[in-house]
This record gives sequence, C-alpha cells and structure tokens, in this order.
Amino acid sequence: MKKLPITELDSFLKSLNMPVYLPSDDPSGQAKFTRWAEGVQLTQQLNTVRSAKDLFFPQMENLVDFKVQDQKIEIIEHRNVSENFVIFGVRACDAAAFEILDRVFLSDPVDGYYKERRDHALIVTMACSAPEETCFCTAFGIDAADPKGDVTAWKTEDSFFFRANTGKGEKLIAGLADGDESAVQAQQAQTREILSKLPNGKLDLTGFDGAHMMEKFNDSRWKELSEACLGCGTCTFVCPTCQCYDVREFNTGDTIQRFRCWDSCMYSDFTKMSAGQPRPTQLERFRQRFMHKLVYFPDNNDGVYGCVGCGRCLQKCPIHMNIVKVAKTIGGEGNG
Amino acid sequence: MQEVKQKAIELLQSGKVQRVLGWKTGEFFYDLTPAVFETVEEIKKDFVFSPFCGANLSKYLIAESRKEGKIAAFLKPCDSYSFVQLLKEHRIVRENVHVVGVQCNGMCDIEAIKAQGVKGVTAVRQEGETLVCETLYGEKSVPYAAALSERCKTCKSKKIVLFDELLGENGEDDPDCGRFDLVSKLEAMTAEERFAFWQQELSRCIRCNACRNVCPACSCEKCVFDNDTLGTANKAAANSFEEQNFHIIRAFHVAGRCTDCGECSRVCPQHIPLHLLNRKFIKDTNELYGEYQAGADLETRPPLVDFTQDDCEPSVVYTRGGNGK
Amino acid sequence: MAEYREPLIPMLGVVTAIRTDTPDVKTFTVTGLDGKKPFVHIPGQCAMLSIPGVGEALFSITSSPTKEDALEFSIKKCGCVTDWLHAMEPGQQITIRGPYGSGFPVDTDFRGKDLVFVAGGIGLAPLHSVINYVRANRANYGKVDIVYGSRSMQDLVDFDEILNEWSKEEGITVHLTIDREQPEWKGHVGFVPNYVKELGFDTSRTVVMCGPPIMIKFTLAGLMELGFDKSNIYTTLEMKMKCALGKCGRCNIGTKYICKDGPVFRLDQLDELPDEY
Repeated sequence: MKKLPITELDSFLKSLNMPVYLPSDDPSGQAKFTRWAEGVQLTQQLNTVRSAKDLFFPQMENLVDFKVQDQKIEIIEHRNVSENFVIFGVRACDAAAFEILDRVFLSDPVDGYYKERRDHALIVTMACSAPEETCFCTAFGIDAADPKGDVTAWKTEDSFFFRANTGKGEKLIAGLADGDESAVQAQQAQTREILSKLPNGKLDLTGFDGAHMMEKFNDSRWKELSEACLGCGTCTFVCPTCQCYDVREFNTGDTIQRFRCWDSCMYSDFTKMSAGQPRPTQLERFRQRFMHKLVYFPDNNDGVYGCVGCGRCLQKCPIHMNIVKVAKTIGGEGNG
Repeated sequence: MQEVKQKAIELLQSGKVQRVLGWKTGEFFYDLTPAVFETVEEIKKDFVFSPFCGANLSKYLIAESRKEGKIAAFLKPCDSYSFVQLLKEHRIVRENVHVVGVQCNGMCDIEAIKAQGVKGVTAVRQEGETLVCETLYGEKSVPYAAALSERCKTCKSKKIVLFDELLGENGEDDPDCGRFDLVSKLEAMTAEERFAFWQQELSRCIRCNACRNVCPACSCEKCVFDNDTLGTANKAAANSFEEQNFHIIRAFHVAGRCTDCGECSRVCPQHIPLHLLNRKFIKDTNELYGEYQAGADLETRPPLVDFTQDDCEPSVVYTRGGNGK
Repeated sequence: MAEYREPLIPMLGVVTAIRTDTPDVKTFTVTGLDGKKPFVHIPGQCAMLSIPGVGEALFSITSSPTKEDALEFSIKKCGCVTDWLHAMEPGQQITIRGPYGSGFPVDTDFRGKDLVFVAGGIGLAPLHSVINYVRANRANYGKVDIVYGSRSMQDLVDFDEILNEWSKEEGITVHLTIDREQPEWKGHVGFVPNYVKELGFDTSRTVVMCGPPIMIKFTLAGLMELGFDKSNIYTTLEMKMKCALGKCGRCNIGTKYICKDGPVFRLDQLDELPDEY
C-alpha cells in the first residue's frame, strides 16, 4: 500500500508524464472526465454524469474517410495511434462496466478503435466512501469499497492510498511512499456498512436468464412499464454499459467521413428499414433495452448482466422509469 | 394530497371516466412516474400526488385522448397552459378529457435537495419551512425553499387556465415573478460573453433528445432532426456549431407556442438551462408585439402568426437582434 | 494468417457488369480491384456494400461459391443505397466487406436430402446461391424442386437462367407461378403458398424458403398442414444493420444477432425466439 498526501496529487499526476483524465466539475458544477492540467481539481461528487466509457467508446469518432471522384473511390485510413494514458478516479461500477464493454468490442472480430485505446489505458479506480441511495452495485457482486483496475485508490480526509493490482499499476505508483493499511480498512468497513443498507442493493434478479427468455419477453407488464417512456436516449447515453452505435457519413465537401456515434434502442429509427419496422412502438423498444441487459446479454456472456448498478438511469430518466423498477416488476420474488 | 387520490377513485367509480392520468409511486419518494390507471385497485395501491409530481402530463393526452373512452387528467397550473396550447393546435381531442385542476405550491427537485449537500436521501417530511431528510447517513434538514425546483422559484402563474373541475382554490398569474431576470442578464452581456455562455452550456449536450421528447410544443409526427430521407437527421454533432444548431432551431420552432413550463430544463441530464432560450423568445415577443402568454386562453391570436398594422417593422427586429448588442 | 483488417473498414471493389432482370431488380457483378473475387463465401451469407456519400447496406450474395471469378448481387430498388446502385454504370467502384452471417448448412444438414426451394420475388436472391451450389455438387443431393413466384412474369428474377439452365437439368423441377393472369403467360397463376400446398411435397423433404413475410407466413401454415416438421424448414431473415459484426446492437431477435447467428434460421430455432421480426 502506497500513500500520498492529498495536497501532493497535482505533483504526482504531473510526474506521470502522460495524459491523465479525472472526474472534475465543469463551470456549471457537473462532474465529467476531464484531461488533467495544473488547476483541474478532482471532484467531490460521487460520480460523473456521463460514465467513463467515453474514453474508450467516444460519443462520436471518425472511422475512415473516402474520396470519391467519378467512378473511383479512395479509402483514407487515418487511425490515430493512442499514447499511454491514465484514467484516474474510476468508480467500481464504471470499472466493472469496462469488462462488459470488452465482451462486446474485444470479442471476435475485435474492434480496433476500442482496443487501441483500451490497450493504452491505465485505470486507477477510486473506492467509494459515500454511496447514494440510487446505487445498487452490490446486486451485481461489485464491491465499491474495493474496486478493480490497475491501481485501486482510497481517499481519506487527508491522503490517497494506492494499491497496485497489475504490473502496469505497480510501475505507476512505484515512486510513492509506503503507507499503513489501517486507515483504508477503517474506511472500507464504514463504506460496506452503508453498502449493506442500500435500498436496492439486494435486487433479486432470479429468473432473468436465457431459460426464461420467452416468459420474460411475453410478460404483460411491459405495457405499463413502458407507457410513460418518452423514447429519448437519456438512459442509454448516461449508461456505462450501453454500447449500441450507428454508422453514418458526413460530407465535408472534400471527403466523405464515415463516423460512428452512440445510438439508442429507444429511438424509433434504430431498427426502421425501408422494408419494415420490427419494433413499431415504444413498448418493443423499451422491452429490448431491458431484455438485452437482463436476459440476452447474460445468456450470451456467461451470466454476466449488462448492468453495474451505477444508478445513473435512476437519477436521470425524465419520467423515472428504470432497470430497478423493471426488475422488481417482472423479476424475482425476493424483491418483495 | 389525499383529496386528489379520492377524486381519482370517485371519477373512475362513478363511470364518468374510464381511465385516469396521474402519477405513480416509485422506489423512492421522489421518483414518480406518469401513469394511466384503469382500476380503483390500481389507484388505491399506486396513485400519488406530492410535491415531486413535477412531470407535465399534458403531452400524454395527445395519444391518450385518441383512445377509446374518456380519461381524467390531473393538471397543475403549468400543465394547464400546455393543455390549452395543445388544444389550440388541435392536438388533443377535448371531449375525451376530463380535466381536474390541482393547485401546486411549487414542485421539489431531488437534485436541488442534493445540491444542499445531502446524500443518500431515502425519505423526507416537511416540518414548517424545513424539509427533514432521512438519509443513509442519518437525518439532515434543508430549508424547504431550497428544495424547490429551479423553475418553480420564478413561477409565472398559479392559475389553472382550463378545467372541468377544480380541487382547492384557483390562483393568479404573477407578472412580477422575475422569470426574465436571467434573460436580461444575458442580454446585458456583450455578444462575445453571451456566445461563450451558450457555448459552455450547450457543449455539454449529449443529444439524448429528452428536451424535445418531453416538450409539449414538440408534437410533430416526425421531427426534422430524425428525418433520414431529408438528410437533416442529426444524431451526432460534427462540431460545436451543430450542438447549438439543434437547440436554436428547436427554440425557433416552439417560439410563440412554448408556454414556459420548464420541462426541457427539468429533464436535461446535463442541467443545460434550455428554458432560457425559450424565455428569450417570449420576452422579445412581449416587447415587440405586446404581452402574450401561450396557452393562457383559446382565443387570443398568437402574435407570430398574426399580422396587424401595428406590428413593429422588420427593421426594428433586425436592429435589436442583428448588430450583436 | 491474413493481415489484420479493421472489420469496419471496407475494401474496394468494382462493378464489372450490370444485368437488368426485372423493372426493379438488377444483378451486379463485383470483383476486387485486382479483378479477382473479393472473398470466398457460403451460400446464404451476406456482404456490406456501400457508395461513400450515399450509405452502406447489407445484401445477400446471389452467386454460388462455385462461381470463381466474381460475386453477384441481385438487388431490388427500394431505398437510398439501392436507388444509387440502380443508377450507376459498369466500371463504378464501390466498397465491400464481408462475408457475414452463418449461411445455409449446404455441406452438412442439406447433404443427401431431397430439397424444395420456395421463393417469392427478390427472395430468390439468397436461394439462387444455394441452388447453383447444389447444381454444381449434384451428387451430394437428392431431388430438387423449385417453387418460385412473383407479381408478374416480368418480375421473375433470373428468368433466362431458370428456363434455359435450371429447368433443363435432370432431377430439378421448376414450378413457376405469377400472382395474376397475363396473356403471354402459359404457366401457373396463383400465390406461392397455395401453389406449394397444391404441389403437396413429401414431408421428408427439406424446405428452404425466402420471400416477403406474408409469403413465409402462409407457406409455413401450408407446410404445417401438409405435416412438415419445422426442423426441416429453413429461411433467411432481414433486419436493419450497421456493423454486421454483432456489435452495433440493432439486428437481434432475442439472444440471436441476424448478422452473426443468422440470417439463416431453422423454423424450430425461430420458434424459440421472441416474435420480433
């Protein structure tokens, strides 16, 4: 265990000699992952509005350019090679979400854009000490008091404590002084006490699996659950595990830029073709989002749910409909 | 609050309506969801009316009023303006809706409570001017006024402009509510400062479309920003101009029809003060064409679609908006 | 091992020939810039074709893998990309990536079977690939019946090939039908599902269907009446796609992605999936 006085964070980050992204408040008070420079302060807030997924899967990125002239086409590949960078202060939920994104983007055929960034990232997680009532990471077996990553950090009153979990992480904090673990253990005990009291921390997801796919899909209560849904993309865009994308083109006048951008299964054009629309109303779109996270994804991925309990959708949905309400309505009996 | 629930039960039981549009309980005290109730049992179990019923129900009536049978809708003053405006635009089938006006003392906002430094709130109770919060970390108190939603701090009107029946007293509009104060502050900025302000605010936009989808004035069957065939679909902003483009075009499109309900800013996950764009249009319209409140009544012709000989000259408009001051 | 290619970045191809099949269907012959076939595929698999500036879309490969010099795509004009394709001239470069999807089990489940192909309209395109593969490996398969229908005589795709090659081959019986009477048409008139029922095939046969959803629905009902088992019926599905890699998230039916796990499904497999296609 290494220790660093809070006052020395700036000099430590500077000494890393590579880009560092950390959650910081913007002028409006919203926390977001920001490229660190002298004066950029670590936020006091629990989490960022947008998750850390942006750093691996940005909202918009150019994939390839084309030049078209008469009958000829030229393909211009302009892949940026990433340099090593640090993401500092990732919460346990967002760190767990990286593993979910990995299952999509790093499975065959590997998405090179994602992989390039993922390979060059060093993840320093930050243990939680003050979870919100909207948190339910515990339902997914995530320990917010001991998150994963290359390095795990704990922040106490006056110090940061760091523990390396990988070789890369060890190198990152090698220069720091050793610290005593007792402060960390005390904080963990306190945090876990709170975590055990989270109102949705014991969400029962029994029955959400491939074997019950048809039963869940055909549940009559999707109608009432989806009734008020506005069909906006807020839940999907703040979600750390949502990864659906669209591929579109932009004509600069000189080249055609083919780009990829976040898309949302909540949008009506997501599946609309000239030939028809397999998900014609908001009910089907809404159902798709939750069936994907709770049934389809785990069925295809060793039982891992497509949710990490970060609670962003609980905070941000304009009509307060969310995965917890869905799980409780059509889920296990343990939800009471 | 019990009175509202009782009314919902009564309306359904008497057969006067077949459905009730109201708010449904959530996991917490604040996460209420707009919902249609079809049975007395459902109402008894889940219907709720509390200071956390911020969602404007009027837009749901576009679809609901086209279904079979009559629906009762509980409308707050703000919602009633939207309702009237939608009626004026022929978007709601009036005879299928039974409007129950419910008075509102300002709606609370969980994020406003949390902005007071209160974490992990699981329950609240009002004690006089104080809101006592039970939290995962013990009891905390905040002044009730601080828990109010931002838009309710400058409430334009407590008047329910249209109803079939009213619960409690009707209120009055408040010309001195100060809702244009922030707009005036923006107007007083230099063009550069103002541009920087909006650049900063709008750069946070994630194009989730929550503002558009919740907006009662955005009731187009197909939004131009979703139209692939037209080439105007705009899923991701290519540059910061496009971020502004979406919001500015939207503000233009709802100008003269926006009732200033404030839903756009309430739902914005990034807390962009979108209502200020609309208020600027309302303020300008008021100043150029005389006071006009969209949704206040069914009769008054909206100034932006009504020509009179007294209308100000386009050159005046140009001078005000065109030279950057 | 092949050099790593970013799966979303296409390669260049060139349309070497364009054949007009019907008023709204053309068949495009595509090679790589080197003049060779862009890649090897299995019947039923698809490829992403695009014209930069217009868009990218998924098409099933019409030619059989046994065609060695190029890929062929029979494409109906029905949207942005297809409008553009129909308007272009031979020599045009396009982008191509693939092959995508599972394809038909031509070398496993279909082996040794008596086959019935049922197609409607442009639905013949993916089956065309299988049929010619079967013809090229004739010894591996039993009897072949092809039931193909369209709105009119002019809308029958590959009419020349059907008449001059398929119909003349031993062991292959072609049953053509059109929706409404036409003076110059001497053949069967009526919808495909009814024709299939009239023909009344032996239930031991393997059926491969492709066509508009309404045709699939009624043909299936007819086959059930005849006593067919769903595990002997195959079809191929269509969904909106952007990546074709199983990642962009839009083409799933329940747990299965059309682009990766499909587009070919057995009917008993579809029965286990939500009814959302």
